[in-house]
Amino acid sequence: MPTKVVMEALSPTMEEGRLVEWKKAEGDAVAVGDVLAEVETDKAVMELVARADGILLKQVVAAGDTVPVAEPVGWIGAAGEEIPGGGGPSTSTAPVRAQPAEPGPAAPSDAAPAPATPAAPAAPAAPVRAAGDRIKASPVARRIAGDRGLDLAAISGTGPEGRIIKRDVDAAVAQPAAHTPALAGAPGEAYTDLSLSQMRKAIARRLVQSIGPIPTFYLTAEVDMERAAEARQALLARDPEGRFSFNDIIIRATAAALTSHPFVNAWWLDDRIRQWQDVHIGVAVAIDEGLITPVIRHADRKGLREISAEVRELAGRARTKRLQPEEYTGATFTISNLGMFGIDDFTAIINPPEAGILAVGRIEPKAVVVDGAVTVRQRMRITLSCDHRVIDGATGAQFLQTLVGMLENPLALVW
Amino acid sequence: MGASTQRATQVAPYQQHHADWLRQMLLIRRFEERAGEAYSVGQIGGFCHLYIGQEAVAVGSISALRDDDYVISAYREHGQALARGMTSRSIMAELYGKATGCSGGKGGSMHLFDAERHFMGGHGIVGGQIPLGAGFAFAARYRGTDQVSLCFFGEAAANIGSFHETLNIAGLWKLPVIFVIENNGYGMGTAVNRAAAITDLATRAASYDMPGLTVDGQDVDAVREATDEAVRRARAGEGPTLLDIMTYRYVGHSMSDAPHGTYRTKDEVDEHRHRDPIEVLAARMREAGMLDDDRMAELEADVAAEVADAVQFAEESPEPDPDQLWTDVLAPITGGGN
Amino acid sequence: MATLTYRDALNEALREEMTRDGDVFLMGEEVAEYNGAYKVSRGLLETFGPMRVVDTPIAELGFTGIGVGASMTGLRPIIEMMTWNFALLAIDQIVNAAAKMRYMSGGQFSCPIVFRGPGGAALQLGAQHSQAFESWYAHIPGLKVVMPATPADAKGLLKSAIRDDDPVVFIEGEMLYNLKGEVPEGEHLTPIGVADIKRQGSDATIVCHSKTVAPALKAAKALEEEGIDCEVIDLRTIRPLDSATILASVAKTNRLVIAEEGWGFAGVGAEVADVVQREAFDSLDAPIRRVHQADVPMPYNKYLERLAKTDTTKIAAAVRAVCYRDQD
Repeated sequence: MPTKVVMEALSPTMEEGRLVEWKKAEGDAVAVGDVLAEVETDKAVMELVARADGILLKQVVAAGDTVPVAEPVGWIGAAGEEIPGGGGPSTSTAPVRAQPAEPGPAAPSDAAPAPATPAAPAAPAAPVRAAGDRIKASPVARRIAGDRGLDLAAISGTGPEGRIIKRDVDAAVAQPAAHTPALAGAPGEAYTDLSLSQMRKAIARRLVQSIGPIPTFYLTAEVDMERAAEARQALLARDPEGRFSFNDIIIRATAAALTSHPFVNAWWLDDRIRQWQDVHIGVAVAIDEGLITPVIRHADRKGLREISAEVRELAGRARTKRLQPEEYTGATFTISNLGMFGIDDFTAIINPPEAGILAVGRIEPKAVVVDGAVTVRQRMRITLSCDHRVIDGATGAQFLQTLVGMLENPLALVW
Repeated sequence: MGASTQRATQVAPYQQHHADWLRQMLLIRRFEERAGEAYSVGQIGGFCHLYIGQEAVAVGSISALRDDDYVISAYREHGQALARGMTSRSIMAELYGKATGCSGGKGGSMHLFDAERHFMGGHGIVGGQIPLGAGFAFAARYRGTDQVSLCFFGEAAANIGSFHETLNIAGLWKLPVIFVIENNGYGMGTAVNRAAAITDLATRAASYDMPGLTVDGQDVDAVREATDEAVRRARAGEGPTLLDIMTYRYVGHSMSDAPHGTYRTKDEVDEHRHRDPIEVLAARMREAGMLDDDRMAELEADVAAEVADAVQFAEESPEPDPDQLWTDVLAPITGGGN
Repeated sequence: MATLTYRDALNEALREEMTRDGDVFLMGEEVAEYNGAYKVSRGLLETFGPMRVVDTPIAELGFTGIGVGASMTGLRPIIEMMTWNFALLAIDQIVNAAAKMRYMSGGQFSCPIVFRGPGGAALQLGAQHSQAFESWYAHIPGLKVVMPATPADAKGLLKSAIRDDDPVVFIEGEMLYNLKGEVPEGEHLTPIGVADIKRQGSDATIVCHSKTVAPALKAAKALEEEGIDCEVIDLRTIRPLDSATILASVAKTNRLVIAEEGWGFAGVGAEVADVVQREAFDSLDAPIRRVHQADVPMPYNKYLERLAKTDTTKIAAAVRAVCYRDQD
């Protein structure tokens, strides 16, 4: 009777592990204590060692696959011994595909000695798609994914040869944060998907447990708006029709700051983080029935005048409920401004899957110390809400620093 | 029975019909000639089997029927359709595949139908119509009427299973049906003696307990006389009759083959032309003082005009509406369930 | 509700329709004095006499053609085929005559006729007596093909077939004649062209008809214990096919198995699969599976015969496959 090699809990908090590399090939002799594979846990890369003597009969998962703790990854036994039930993982707990593995040579047969290339992954037992492969999905799975705006590439197929079937899509739909807005991001828009390291997964899991679905923390800064006010006056003098608001300036500055802080211009998509290369800023607008956030697309590439006009136009139509869905979905970051209501500062709630939102308070004259002397300046408090799964304290702070710098020195926007 | 061909024994009783029959036979002849021309220029498509030379068989036998009797035939049925009183317009239009054709353009040369005249169709599968013909007779028996069924087929069909199965049942049940073998000597290109173990086909009737007669099919009076007796028997409940009516087609089996060729000689065809059914009747009428050259010329002109009118009608008629593709497959759905 | 055998349900239908309409008569081999080879026509001769319950010689082509001819004059014959294997001798009359008469006469003639008898295999009857021909007839425009699976449908469908104005191929089953079931009392008509959902389910659809209905229901029951909830659709009529019912079911279950008794090539299941892939492509979660007779003439040996036939086990296996439960 062969012995099952399972994914072991190699850290106290580990629930699954990613098999980084096999150290023994199928057909290799192994002894108790031999290193079979390297496994990335939520903390570190650890070694999975043999618990039995014999031959490594089969690798049932490929390098790169993520396997829940206690699920089989291989079999050790006597040469030629049959593996019960084909040795594969049960469908209900099939390994989750992590990232594309290098296509490797076919697994050597039991009889032939394994080639001396221990790093070469065996033929995958779990579905693995090479980059550029056509995604196999059943028609109904495609339809549901299309309806829900799900990216099939992000879904593991549990059907034959990795075919994505209805239950796989249903499972993806059942994960709450995977409710990506249907029209999020026009096709062809550029972004970078980062696969989640075990550490980032652990951070995400732990923080969610501690604080709720979105582990949020807040960073507050006070901005000196004196020069922004001067700049606004100058612009209005030159262009009386412009009607530039402070909010327009804040949008423009935020967009500019986001371009250099991709971690803040990002989405959390459960199994990965999407960093957007374009900046689409949602602007919270209060309407009779609540709130809607029209989106200024490509705000980083638009001038102040253009932003100003677009905000007024969209906000106007938002109040009369004339917005098209694509005009209020797909934001990469959102700004909520309650300054006009006399609010000093507040914390805004993140609009998932976005990773951050900026809460803007009122601008008011305050006594502050400038160059060693107390003077009165136009001041404004802004608070950044951060999804800790995406943004760490330092990353958020750096973004805020950039933003404050831009608002305090509007000339920076020109560069 | 059958060893010698029955010639007309009586002429006088039929003299009153001769003028009508002559016109009918001449109409069939000219109609078929015109159909052949139309076929040769592509106005008629598919298979087209002409009746030229066999006119006395249709006219002599069908004239013996009442309007409520049934007629069914194979695919060489233009002549029978005309003899049954279907208009040359409706038949020619059907050959042209036009909407005004007797089968709406969906049947063609081989599938002429006229429900009103109890013309139960031309049928394209050799022997397929034989049991159908017995079926009409069965229906008459079932309903207790004295209708009869006249069932035409070629001599080659006498070798097929449906012939034997049907004649057996008709003989067994004494059905009021007249089986007419239109014996033109050839099943396509196969002479009867190359296809039948016993070439005197009338004798086959003996197996099925019915009279079998061999009849001179080029003499319309002989055909009528034999059919009269068969119809009488059928109406009287005495059962079916098998008539082996000897005739000859001057033309090829269908428009796709020559009048003569490998299977028969031109001399043979010419010889049969010397005993042309139209001329046999015309001579008899001339003898009786019923016909002269003027009258014949008048008749020819009259028939030519009818055929010309039929062709013009067919040419000018519309093609079937494309919607007609989908109609008449199943019964139209009517409200109110069954 | 009365409990009747399938055989007696057919007998009732014949009796009621012959009583109702004097144009209806039964013709075939051994239907009268012998009371029917399978006793479907028991007692009818006594009631209706030899003009309406007609024994024929063994001449399928001849008496079938006589029936078709009679139907052209407006009578409503019921032609009994002792089995559908023998109807091959009469198929010219069914296909070349009955099915086409309305069309080639431009709508002037119809053939309100029923051809009926047992089809498919029974037990160890060998290659020539064990054939399911429904797909042959279903191929032909101008024919309707009806195959009841229960006594109630046997009665209701035969009555509808007799009243239908088109030729109906009505295929029964020797193995079904003793099947008992409830049959509604009084006038009971089952519409032609309407499938019956025998069991509601959400995970997979099994389309079946005639003798595959019982094994399909058994398979559904067995699969219930494995957590697979099957919907079972009895086609009842092969042509015209009730596509709407099938498509609605597949839209719900996303998975389809088609079980039939006959061979697979160009079979009923092929047509159903075509409709579904065309009309419900975006509902499918798995390739459609078909269960049908092994692609060989039926062997005599009972073990080989069992291997060749569609059964509960094969249907259940196909359902597991479309549910992706066969990969472990």
